[in-house]
Amino acid sequence: METNEKERDILELKNISKSFDGKKVLDDLSLSIGKNEFITLLGPSGCGKSTTLRIIGGFVRPDAGSVWFDGKDITDLAAEKRNVNTVFQKYSLFPHMNVEENIAFGLKLKKKSKSYIQDKIKYALKLVNLEGYEKRNTTALSGGQQQRIAIARAIVNEPEILLLDEPLGALDLKLRHDMQQELIRIKKEVGITFVYVTHDQEEALTMSDRIVVMNRGIIQQMGTSKSIYDEPQNAFVADFIGESNIIDGIMLRDRVVEILGVKIPCVDEGFGERETVDVVIRPEDLEIKPVECGFFSGQVISVLFKGAYYEIKVRTDGYEWVSQSVNAPEVGSQVGLYVVPDNIQIMHKPKSEDAEIIKE
Amino acid sequence: MKRKYLATPYIIWVVGFTLLPLITIGISAFTRDNGTFTWSNILAISEPINRQALFFSLAIALGCTLICILLAYPAALFLKSFRFKRKGFTIFLLVLPMWMNFILRILAWQMILSKNGILNFLLGKLGIAPLSISNTWGALMIGMVYDFLPYMILPVFNAISDIDEDTIEAARDLGAGSMAVFRKIIFPLSMPGMLSGVVMVFVPAMTSFVIADILGGGKVQLIGNIIEQEFMKSMDWHLGAGLSISLMLLVLISLAFTMQNDMEDRGTTIW
Repeated sequence: METNEKERDILELKNISKSFDGKKVLDDLSLSIGKNEFITLLGPSGCGKSTTLRIIGGFVRPDAGSVWFDGKDITDLAAEKRNVNTVFQKYSLFPHMNVEENIAFGLKLKKKSKSYIQDKIKYALKLVNLEGYEKRNTTALSGGQQQRIAIARAIVNEPEILLLDEPLGALDLKLRHDMQQELIRIKKEVGITFVYVTHDQEEALTMSDRIVVMNRGIIQQMGTSKSIYDEPQNAFVADFIGESNIIDGIMLRDRVVEILGVKIPCVDEGFGERETVDVVIRPEDLEIKPVECGFFSGQVISVLFKGAYYEIKVRTDGYEWVSQSVNAPEVGSQVGLYVVPDNIQIMHKPKSEDAEIIKE
Repeated sequence: MKRKYLATPYIIWVVGFTLLPLITIGISAFTRDNGTFTWSNILAISEPINRQALFFSLAIALGCTLICILLAYPAALFLKSFRFKRKGFTIFLLVLPMWMNFILRILAWQMILSKNGILNFLLGKLGIAPLSISNTWGALMIGMVYDFLPYMILPVFNAISDIDEDTIEAARDLGAGSMAVFRKIIFPLSMPGMLSGVVMVFVPAMTSFVIADILGGGKVQLIGNIIEQEFMKSMDWHLGAGLSISLMLLVLISLAFTMQNDMEDRGTTIW
């Protein structure tokens, strides 16, 4: 899937570094973005994802490295000259213009004909499901409507890349879900590259062809939603993408890991003998069993109803586990915890300083 | 204490220093010495000498307002680009002269511009022939612009500061260069501030007479000078009051004309 989408790279970031006030925000970041790809930069606030987007948009100049667009170096090209448009988090519609004037802004600057502009406005409003809103005042629109206008305003310029900077961040949950579907549809209809920035992992997993997980200005992992979720490459990614049980383990030999003094079969190979590792087990993979059938036994300390499942916390000697199950054990009862070898992920410990943030 | 009593000092102020004088002026304007009603004081504005003074005032005030606008925008944009600390200090420098006595400031300009003043001294050092700016329209204009400029810069600067950086970035993102950003975003969005500035510059410029007295050397007769003379020299309060009322109406009409496009959606102006 990945290979066929990336038939041609449209944008390339090469060894980008950027500091603000002496604080390193991006550290030697390199990234290729394929034509027609929906790529999401995902990470906690301050991880450098927005700065990366602003470098692509031309609003921030990197301290080192270069930006390549369609094989041309555009590092020094001004924002207004790039064939890239942005949808901002705060919509940033022009308050002194109505919907129509907002959408026409870019086209008028390009001196397009009146009839062309009219056609484009009509098409764009239809695309974002706001037909007939031409003469409305933008300040009278709801947040969701304003964001749709912002998308329409960017799309009419036919950019080759659309940058979206947490565009749904200001909307409520229900609207956010609707807009996610809308964005996927719009993306399909206009057929251009989307570079999407968010800190919401669920949003990233739902919409993206490819996710770039970032932390502290460094790319932690790149891949499809599924690969990032199923095979996180380090504890940070595992922790950030979905909830996880992350616990210290020792690799005794290939396919055997010791956790909390218990030897457990797994499928990982090639670690050093007695190497200390991070062991990641997803809550939905941790099965609640009778005491005698589990690797560990412990006491159920809480059961929360979450709609489709129960979230169960179990305290064993030395760790508090989170499990998800459709059945609820009784709070206070003794249970066993079991996991099939395939569902255990073993990871190398991150080097030195990064370890602290993950472990906190 | 009921909240409406808080307004008492203000009401006393308004009644005592605005309403009563206005009524007195109104009564004077529509009466003769013997107390009978007349229009003649109001209509006196159309006499050639008054008409000419009014025209000069209007021209000077418009010119001064325009120059202030032209100077205020670059200054405000420049200020906006400063970091917080320096910004505060620069605004302080801008406001500082306003704390000095108005007459003193104008007298200082008289010294600077006079025949043997600092300006001609400096020009002489550069080998340029001395200018005789003193007692001309030019001197008057320099004095007025100097005096009123802060009243234009501050509201324009405030309005520009209120424009979201994202809005400007959005415009650039859509292909607007610096000029287009100014023309299509910064200028229209700072209009309310500029109009407040226009009110604060145009009105006093239109009615001032002290600057004309000192820097115009008595050669320049503005409508303010004529009204002053009627009150202070000719002691004809009826005529002075009549001209004042005419001038006030004219200012109000011209302001209404300026503001009409701004009335509907913003409450930042005097309307």
